[in-house]
Order: sequence, then C-alpha cells, then structure tokens
Amino acid sequence: MQSQATYNYNVVRQFSIMTVVWGVVGMLVGVIVAAQLVWPELNLGEWLHFGRLRPLHTNAVIFAFGGCALFATSYFVVQRTCHTPLFAPGLATFTFWGWQLVIVLAAISLPLGFTSGKEYAELEWPIDILIAVVWVSYAIVFFGTIAKRKTSHIYVANWFFGGFILTVALLHIVNSAALPVSLTKSYSAYAGVQDAMIQWWYGHNAVGFFLTAGFLGMMYYFVPKQAERPVYSYRLSVVHFWALIFTYMWAGPHHLHYTALPDWTQSVGMIFSLILLAPSWGGMINGVMTLSGAWHKLRTDPILKFLITALSFYGMSTFEGPMMSIKTVNALSHYTDWTVGHVHSGALGWVAMISIGSMYYLIPRMYGKTQMYSVGLINTHFWIATIGIVLYIASMWIAGVMQGLMWRATNPDGTLTYSFVESVKASYPFWAIRLAGGVMFFTGMLIMFYNMVKTMAGEKAYEAPVVAPAAAHA
Amino acid sequence: MADFISGFWNAYVMGLVGLSLLFCLFVLMSNNKRETGPVELHGHVWDENLAEYNNPLPRWWLYLFWITLIFAVVYLVMYPGFGNTKGALGWSAVGQYETEMRVAEERYAPIFAKYQGMDVAAVAIDEEARGAGKRLFVTYCAQCHGADARGAKGFPNLTDKAWNWGGEAETIKTTITGGRMGMMPPFGPVLGPEGVKDVVNYVRSLSGFAHDSLRAQRGVELFQQNCVACHGPEAKGTQAMGAPNLTDGDWLYGSTEAVMTETVQNGRTNRMPGFGEFLGEAKVHLLASYVYGLSNQPAAK
Repeated sequence: MQSQATYNYNVVRQFSIMTVVWGVVGMLVGVIVAAQLVWPELNLGEWLHFGRLRPLHTNAVIFAFGGCALFATSYFVVQRTCHTPLFAPGLATFTFWGWQLVIVLAAISLPLGFTSGKEYAELEWPIDILIAVVWVSYAIVFFGTIAKRKTSHIYVANWFFGGFILTVALLHIVNSAALPVSLTKSYSAYAGVQDAMIQWWYGHNAVGFFLTAGFLGMMYYFVPKQAERPVYSYRLSVVHFWALIFTYMWAGPHHLHYTALPDWTQSVGMIFSLILLAPSWGGMINGVMTLSGAWHKLRTDPILKFLITALSFYGMSTFEGPMMSIKTVNALSHYTDWTVGHVHSGALGWVAMISIGSMYYLIPRMYGKTQMYSVGLINTHFWIATIGIVLYIASMWIAGVMQGLMWRATNPDGTLTYSFVESVKASYPFWAIRLAGGVMFFTGMLIMFYNMVKTMAGEKAYEAPVVAPAAAHA
Repeated sequence: MADFISGFWNAYVMGLVGLSLLFCLFVLMSNNKRETGPVELHGHVWDENLAEYNNPLPRWWLYLFWITLIFAVVYLVMYPGFGNTKGALGWSAVGQYETEMRVAEERYAPIFAKYQGMDVAAVAIDEEARGAGKRLFVTYCAQCHGADARGAKGFPNLTDKAWNWGGEAETIKTTITGGRMGMMPPFGPVLGPEGVKDVVNYVRSLSGFAHDSLRAQRGVELFQQNCVACHGPEAKGTQAMGAPNLTDGDWLYGSTEAVMTETVQNGRTNRMPGFGEFLGEAKVHLLASYVYGLSNQPAAK
C-alpha cells in the first residue's frame, strides 16, 4: 500500500524550530540571572529583578526548550516507529499553539510577579488549566497513534515517552490543585508540610519523568539511528524502565531532609534515591554500549558526540544525585551552589545535549535533507558547549562545598567562624566562572540558531511517505 | 508521637514500601540468568533499521543494584522508615538535635558563663570576650544593624551615643532579651496637610535645619498639643517608651523634609525581635557588653 500517505511532519517541524528559539531565549535569561549574581546592580527594577527572572529562566529552559524538544521528538518517533501518521492531527496542531500560548503567558506573568510560589510550578491557575488541557490532548494524540500502530511490538522509546506523558499529567494536576481567589491569585489546596511534600513529590518527578524518562525516549531513538547500530540490550531496557518508573516516585522527600517532614518519609526518600542509581545507569549503559562496534564514528560525527556526551553527563549526575540524597552528604550540600551545579550537569549536560543532538538529526529531515547546513558548526557548538558545562559545574562544585564548609565552621567557643555574607563574598569568583560557562553554552545555542536558519533557507517543508513495517525476523 | 493518624495509614505505607522493594527484586530475579553463546537480535525491526540486541544484563550493574537494595533493607531495619517502626538504633531527628544541643551546651556554656558574673563594662574591655561578642553579633545582629553596627534606614546605628530606648548596660540587655516594638501613630488625619508641614518645620528648626520660620512658629503650638506626650516638652524624647530625642541630630529614617513629613503623616512602626529565649542569658550578656563597648570605647584605646 504505497499510497501518498505521509507522516505528519508539520507539527514536528514547528516544535523543532521553537525548541531552538526557546533554547536561545531561556539560556539568555539564564545568562542574565547569572550576571545579576556577579553584579547585583543589574537588578533593574522589579520586573527584571532576580526573583522574577529566575523562575522565568527555569520555566523557559525546562518547559519551553525541553518541552518543545519532547513534543517534537515524541511526535516524530511515535509516527515513525508505529509506521502510521499521527492520530488526531488537528489536536496535535492544537498542542503546538496551546503550548506556545502557555510559554508566552509565562513570559508575561512571571516578570509581572504573578506566581503560585511553587518551584517549577509557579504559573497561576488559569495557565495551569491550559497546561492540563494541552497535556491531555498530547496524551490522546500520542496514545492514539500507539493504538493504530502497524507493528506488533511497541518500540522502547515509546514506553519512555508514554510513561513521561502519563506521569506528568498526574503530577501537574495533583500539585497544581489550588483555590483561586482572583484571576491571578490562588492558594494551594494543601497546607504546611503536606504542601511541601506534594511540591517535592512533583518537583523531583518533574526531574524523573519530564527531564529523565522523556529524554531517555529521545535517546532510545536517536542514538541507535545516528550510530546505525541496534540497541545494546532489550532485556536491560525492560529492567531499567520498570525499576526507574517504580522508584522515582519515592525520591521527592530527599529535597526535605532535616525539615519538619517526618523521619520515616525522609528515610524512604533516601533509600529509594539510592536504589535509583542502578536503574538510571541502565539507560546510560544501554545508550553508550549501543555504540560498540561503531566507536570510530565518534571521531567524525559531531551529532554522535552530543548524544554520547549527554549520556556521560547523565551517568555522572545520576551518580551524584543519589550521593547527595544521603542525609549526611545532604547536610553539607543542601542550600549551597552544589545543588545548582548538580541540576545543571543534568540540565545542560544531559537534557540540553541530548536535545541538541536530536535536533541536529531532526531539523534537516524536516526539509528532506540528511545533514545540517554546516557540520563544522555542529562541531564548534559541541566543543563550546562542553567546555561551558565543565566550567559551570566545576565552579559550582567548588563554590558549593566551600559554602557548606564555611556555614558549618565553628570557633572554639562554639560561635560561627564566618558570617553568611562572608560566604557570599567568597563565592564571587566562582559565580564569575559560572557566568563565563553559561555565556559559552548560550553562544553555542546562537550558533545552532544560525545553522538552523541556514539549513531552512530556501527549502520547502518536507513530508516523508509512511514506511511499511518490515517483516519480523523469525 | 506516631506520624500516622490511624493504623491503616501505617499499614498502607508499609505495604507500598514493601511492594516497591519486592518489585525491584522481582525484576532483577526474573532477568538474572547467565547466558552463554552468541547474542542475538531480539527479532523486531522498526522504522527501517531500528533493532535491539538481547545482551544479558552486565554483572557489575546487577551487583550494584543488589547492593543498593540490601542497603535499603538494612537502613530500614536500623532507622525509622518502615511505617511506624522506630529502627534498631533508636535514632530520630529530634533526638539527634537534642543530643547535639546538650553536647554543645556542656562544651561551650562554661566559656560564656565565666563572663556572666562580670560587669558589662568590664566584659566590654576584655579582648577575648569582645572577639566572641563580635562573632555573635555578625551571626545574629548584622542582618539588620550591619557588620559594622552602623545600621541602616530604620535600623539604629549602635556605635553612636544616641539611644532611643537607653544606652545603659542593663537597658541594652533588656532590649536584646525581649526585643522592642516602637510605634508612632500617624498624625496626618489629626493635623491635616498644613498642620503636618508646620510641625515638620518646627522640628527641623530644633536641629537648625533649613525651615520656614513662619510655619515653625505655628508648629510650636501643634507640637505642644500633639507630640509632647511622647517626645516631651523640649522634644528630647522619652527613652522608657522608645520615643526619640528630636534634638540630637540622629535620625533613624533620615532627616530630609520629605522623610520627616512621611513620618509625621503616616507614623512609624518598627520592631526588633527578642533574642533572650533563643540565645540564652550568657550570650545575651556577652552581646550586650559588645554593643555597649561600641559606643563606650575605653580611654586607653
């Protein structure tokens, strides 16, 4: 049946382009807030104050950049591995425009100071409802496509995308439950320590499902595709998938060690965070080992460099995370820049690198090509981004451990050796290095933007014909 | 106190924690076979060339998984975490806090106690005590009064001779122990805009600031009617109620005409929290001595 049926590339193309655009915007805001820490005079007025721009930065990079990357890749992957166009294309288009509206509303409301005060869930209730509607539509399109697949088995990337879509719906709806008092103000449905616990149940699973499971889905398609090698182990993917989604749910309390949270909750949060180490590394092993027999490709293929470096950072930050969840380590690391460094080794090293690599694969194919305008620029992007991340993470590690040690240092009479402001003063050089790292990473995004525009220039949008599924090997 | 409102939730949590651990165990056990022979492709192909090998799980990875699972079970036996069980070590966060506080008390209390019997003025010139006092000050007081104790708008300078509540050793101690709540009511509604201007000009004349002498003259009477109850007939303030001296050139909120008009118009409310309960008498004594010393430098220095 080689009719003219084509995959729905339109929505994939739209989300891909906006991934790069929001990446540039979100990382620019990141550079600005990093600069504000070095030069506090840059806090110009209330709208551009650190306290307003910081949530704008986190929302823009996680939900605008990361979110668009997830939409683009999941729509692309689910069609191609199910050998059928997207289910409900109209609804898919709605998810694009709805998601862009959410982002624009966030970009307006956060600087104006409208916030529900929940980290990574700051948006006020009307926007929360819009998110829920878009997300449910996303689930319908995704699972609808799975339902009409032409293959008997569901490809592993789709398990991860599916798990991510279902869980994020649950997390968002439960955590955002609130009592509105006006169009722009609401109060959480929960109080006190329960509110804190639900917030971090959401917060850590946003890391676990939005920033991990979703991007593992990306990894499971683009790594074997780019390496042109089979995935290392089907069995490992089953084990680490189920172990990962079962244990991530428990890890939230490690954000609330040594607080009013009951002891039992803290203990459970800590042990499951440690158990998470192996399931997380399962994904890394499966990705990296897929390259066995094709290691030489790393020398010449910058896209593969992005993908494999992303997996290395993933392995590193999923080792660091369980260590930081151990209470005695947490007592030193909590509230310091170490946490900020850890988040960015995951966010820049893993999430951004895997997304960038996947986009470099995806964008030319949206225009019927197989390669970006300039492979050399991809290589430049890779190196500038990698050095930027290393500067960022290393400076935050040093600053974080230093802050933790300064805060706990005492004199022979029991008084504190350092006042808080002394630890702030000592952090300045590291904040400057962090800014330099951030500027480098941001510069890489600008290079990507240029490369994307050049790739698109003069090209017509391309819709690939639906491929018939291969006959199963006996 | 139990963390659960009923036995049901205890069982619920135990069940879920146990189930999650058993699930990990099940996933591991069912994939634990050692296999020999060549590794085969799993048999499905997607999107032209996507396939999967079926390599066995790396042994080192399996051991890592086992170690974390065993650690989890041991930890739940030793520490509170499995429902309401208290753990074999009898540890609790509150218990750890109380122990650490008791140890610190035993260790440090004698150091501070030795100054407690001494006079504030004597402690204020003791080098060692001043060092400890300064360290306490930058930890607990510098947020408002500044590391140099010179204060900021609304936060008094502690290095000068102007004291709203009194600068005697005992008064400083009382201030630190119990905190202070200063309140000047708004006079805008009573005096009206013209009256406010008149009073402000009168008050400015007391310090020799630029003022409208006609308004200042009219202000005298308004001041006598409205302000003397707190600030006194000569505007020298009443330390017992924290009413500032308006003639000493010291201005908590600033001495521009605009700021003074704002003060009279809207009043002021200000609060310093008490530290007595938090720090204990011995440390308050040391802090009071340090603060006293800031404005009562020994002649020898």
